[in-house]
Amino acid sequence: MDDLLTLVGQYNVLGAFAVNIELTLWSGLFSLILGVVLVMMRISPIPSLRGFSSAYVELFKNMPLTIIMVLMVLAVFGQLKIQFSKTFSVNFFWLAVTGLTLYTAAFVCESLRSGINTVPLGQAEAARSLGLNFTQSATMIILPQAFRGAVAPLGNTFIALLKNSTVAAAASVSTETSSLMSTMIEYNANVIVTIFLIFAFGYVILIIPIGLLTTWLSNTLAVRR
Amino acid sequence: MRSFAQKALAVAAAVSAVASLTACGGSSAATDSGGKKITIGIKFDQPGLGFKQGSSYTGFDVDVARYVAKDLGYSDSQIVWKEAPSKQREALLQNGDVDMVVATYSITDKRKQVVDFAGPYFVAGQDLLVRANEKSIKGPNSLNGKNLCSVTGSTSAQTVKDHFANKVQLMEQTGYAECVTALISGTVDAVTTDDIILAGLASAKGGGNLKLVGKPFTQERYGIGVKKGDTAMVKKINAALKKMEADGSWQKDLASATKGTGYKPNSKYNPPTDFDAQSSSTDF
Repeated sequence: MDDLLTLVGQYNVLGAFAVNIELTLWSGLFSLILGVVLVMMRISPIPSLRGFSSAYVELFKNMPLTIIMVLMVLAVFGQLKIQFSKTFSVNFFWLAVTGLTLYTAAFVCESLRSGINTVPLGQAEAARSLGLNFTQSATMIILPQAFRGAVAPLGNTFIALLKNSTVAAAASVSTETSSLMSTMIEYNANVIVTIFLIFAFGYVILIIPIGLLTTWLSNTLAVRR
Repeated sequence: MRSFAQKALAVAAAVSAVASLTACGGSSAATDSGGKKITIGIKFDQPGLGFKQGSSYTGFDVDVARYVAKDLGYSDSQIVWKEAPSKQREALLQNGDVDMVVATYSITDKRKQVVDFAGPYFVAGQDLLVRANEKSIKGPNSLNGKNLCSVTGSTSAQTVKDHFANKVQLMEQTGYAECVTALISGTVDAVTTDDIILAGLASAKGGGNLKLVGKPFTQERYGIGVKKGDTAMVKKINAALKKMEADGSWQKDLASATKGTGYKPNSKYNPPTDFDAQSSSTDF
């Protein structure tokens, strides 16, 4: 117990979790936007858009996140010299958000597609017979119902995103939890189990409420058919 | 239903049996073939110190480990090398997976609570690695406005920022090889860690394009870690180290491990003469 208090006093553990939460919220927002765009392309009547969207999803769904992160820092920033800010820490943070967004958007798209599959075909046919065009029927009829059917998979994607945010260490975000854990182990090898438990329980405490919330939401919001 | 459960159990048992067989494969084969063996934990990825290339092992840590093992009565073929990444060194010793760790293992008070140290066999110091044509970086004080790289989990870069140059920008990578890549491509201006590690990197990856600044500003005492409480082993290792320095092998091995880098260890502390396992310290 003493170990625990000294460690938490000596290292900014809460600050590290705040960095991961910040990474998660920004990437969650952007990947939701990108995911919706991708899924609209996926169900659109234009074959080239459908092809692009499925190619994107297959590519980023199957590429390890660590590789995307290393690519962001060593290739996008290191070689192509694309940067968000002259300040390293700000630059690496947004490079990490970009990497997480590109990766997670593929999973958001897949989750939403599973939601679209819960919408009966008759809904689309009815929308078309009312005279709605593709954008109208997608945004007013299909997507709202799809979102309500996709709450559970979207929640799981969000949980995965929170845990994946630790991979930002590979993009040189040095203030987040897994980097802090490495530092703490390097200098406090005598209390390695305590350090591990701090971070394990930290994530459990963060993630259990998200899980409960999504279960409740998916029950309340599901379209009764 | 019952038979299904039984089948599932049987499968699980078979799988775990196979898994435990493969897990023990290495060590049991080793004990069968040649009587007594010694298992030594080293780094596999640090050129100049502990480096695995195919099936051969090179570097100063490896040479020290070989000499000590020989003095303890083990020939080269009786040594089993095992990778000891920084985070696993204490666990490997505590579980008895290795008999000793010779892996750029700095002696610290916290570590002494869980393992025992022999040595130090080398005193390294934190230094900077820069491009060969770099003229403006003469020490940690001249890093303001520059970009500095180090490895995730080490605070060597933070030390520079806190004590020498508060306007330095820090980059953290997963390994030193990535830092060197960033240094060569110009993303960062310097890489920092222990001087002997930098010397090994410069000779393996620099190709003459990198140089050490040569102003170490900490003392990292590298010890040989053994299981806590094994004082007999510590004594034997210290005797071996003393012999190694006296007969000139220490100097010869260090020279060959850092050949071509122009690296000179800090002569104030090297070769170490007191094998008192004193903790590492800083000069500021």
